[in-house]
Amino acid sequence: MPDFNYLTDLVVQVRRDILRQVHKVNSGHPGGSLGCTEFFVALYQVLMERKEGFDMNGVGEDLFFLSNGHISPVFYSVLARSGYFPVEELNTFRLLNSRLQGHPTTHEGLPGIRVASGSLGQGISVSIGAAEAKKLNKDQHLIYTLCGDGELQEGQNWEAIMYAAANTVDNLIVTIDLNGQQIDGATKNVLPLGNLKAKFEAFGWEVLEIEKGNNLEAVVEGMKLAKSKTGKKKPVCVLLHTIMGNGVDFMMHTHDWHGKAPNDEQLEVALSQNPETLGDY
Amino acid sequence: MKKYTDSGKKDTRSGFGDGLTVLGKTHENVVALCADLTGSLKMDAFKENHPERFFQVGIAEANMMGIAAGLTIGGKIPFTGTFANFSTGRVYDQIRQSIAYSGKNVKICASHAGVTLGEDGATHQILEDIGLMKMLPGMTVINTCDYNQTKAATLAIADHDGPVYLRFGRPKVANFTDPDQPFRIGEAVHLQDGTDVTLVATGHLVWEALQAAETLHEQGISAEVINIHTIKPLDNKAIQDSVKKTGCIVTAEEHNFLGGLGESVARVLAESTPTPQEFVATQDTFGESGTPEELMEKYGLNADAIVKAALKVIARK
Repeated sequence: MPDFNYLTDLVVQVRRDILRQVHKVNSGHPGGSLGCTEFFVALYQVLMERKEGFDMNGVGEDLFFLSNGHISPVFYSVLARSGYFPVEELNTFRLLNSRLQGHPTTHEGLPGIRVASGSLGQGISVSIGAAEAKKLNKDQHLIYTLCGDGELQEGQNWEAIMYAAANTVDNLIVTIDLNGQQIDGATKNVLPLGNLKAKFEAFGWEVLEIEKGNNLEAVVEGMKLAKSKTGKKKPVCVLLHTIMGNGVDFMMHTHDWHGKAPNDEQLEVALSQNPETLGDY
Repeated sequence: MKKYTDSGKKDTRSGFGDGLTVLGKTHENVVALCADLTGSLKMDAFKENHPERFFQVGIAEANMMGIAAGLTIGGKIPFTGTFANFSTGRVYDQIRQSIAYSGKNVKICASHAGVTLGEDGATHQILEDIGLMKMLPGMTVINTCDYNQTKAATLAIADHDGPVYLRFGRPKVANFTDPDQPFRIGEAVHLQDGTDVTLVATGHLVWEALQAAETLHEQGISAEVINIHTIKPLDNKAIQDSVKKTGCIVTAEEHNFLGGLGESVARVLAESTPTPQEFVATQDTFGESGTPEELMEKYGLNADAIVKAALKVIARK
């Protein structure tokens, strides 16, 4: 059994890390990061089988790919707090000469990152390639991918979704962060995504929904169920219902904090709603 | 003058396909991806020999580039195959982010480049791909001249760590380079020594440059001919050393004069050895339908055009 007390503390600490990273440089994407905090913590602390250290090829371990690279603050925080690099390095987020670029990249050699992302819609394709490599290497481990929901407006995703089912890429779990928001507003107003469950199923995927995507136990249970669906001739899609800006009351249920940092006063309020648990960097 | 003979016309894409067939046997980590053009790219033998290492992605080039990037994570060496147009412009951002910026060891192999694709016309005749690809940091750009060289290049890039753009063509052309040639990425090949003018050519224009040198020889003009198969990294020294002898240069390529080999050469010379230069290339235009020979003639991409450019540049010395 995972230690949910510790994991809950970690979730709160990661939220603080997100807020403090974006506040310091007055830029970055807190909304989607906060909405996916429980998912990242569940993934790196409970679900993924990971090796010590970082090896780009990742043979013999589960791999994760972030397609919506703009939620780098949560990715960096969880990577650091999972041992990939020193937590103090979060201080360098988006600064000149940093390994923590605005969007994740392999280019600066940050451990834990296997491909650059930021220009949207490319993560599922890359994940399929990594999944195919695992099959060729007779490596039983899994590929996890996270995409934004608005990101599914990019056509390349649907090429990849078609390919994965047609080629029985069944060692792949693609999670869609269903927060219903994008830069210009609600997805339903910008370009409605329609019935994603029906769409993925029509493409031949196994689809699961996690209704409480900001409930750590629900995410762990849901993702474990998704894991149990792998190896059954179908790629697996998880529709993760989250709230953008979760954990900070004034950031929730709006797209306003997609790509905006809090000012000093707003940071103070946000942090007061998420008291320090494991220690700030 | 050295004599070069055509051992029998062959298409450069078959050089790629035959090279890939060899790699299938010698390099177990080589995998191949194709976007519904397996026959055109001559990838059938690899597909038949190694079905588990061949990925048919359908008409979905963006996905193909992403899958190729992912396959490198796990130690594979992916070779993608489709037409040059669909290997570059159509998927530029996928190559930029998932392959080039991510430093992935993907070999982007592109057939049917330039106007010699022929009758299909301008939608398929890319004349901008060298420019697009050479601008990507870390990308190696190779444009081979005949069957033998394309096969040699295909073998060589498998052992090069990093992204490569390998450009070749559709029609059967003269096959004149050594079948056992060493292929050294970034190293120009001297084909003729000369003192009056330097002819620097890439791809299908290399054979044309050799023909042009013979014509010039008959007129008492000594032309040095250099085969630049690697446009990036460019063999600066070979170009600089040659123009020190000749004092003028003609660049020849089946590509727009904007962004192509000619501009790369001009930059090198402008920085070190300012030299009169003429550009045999398309003049900022799209192509059109026609036979390869008709198109080479109309767009000024043959031996006659090189001769004219040589006479012009010599007069400018």
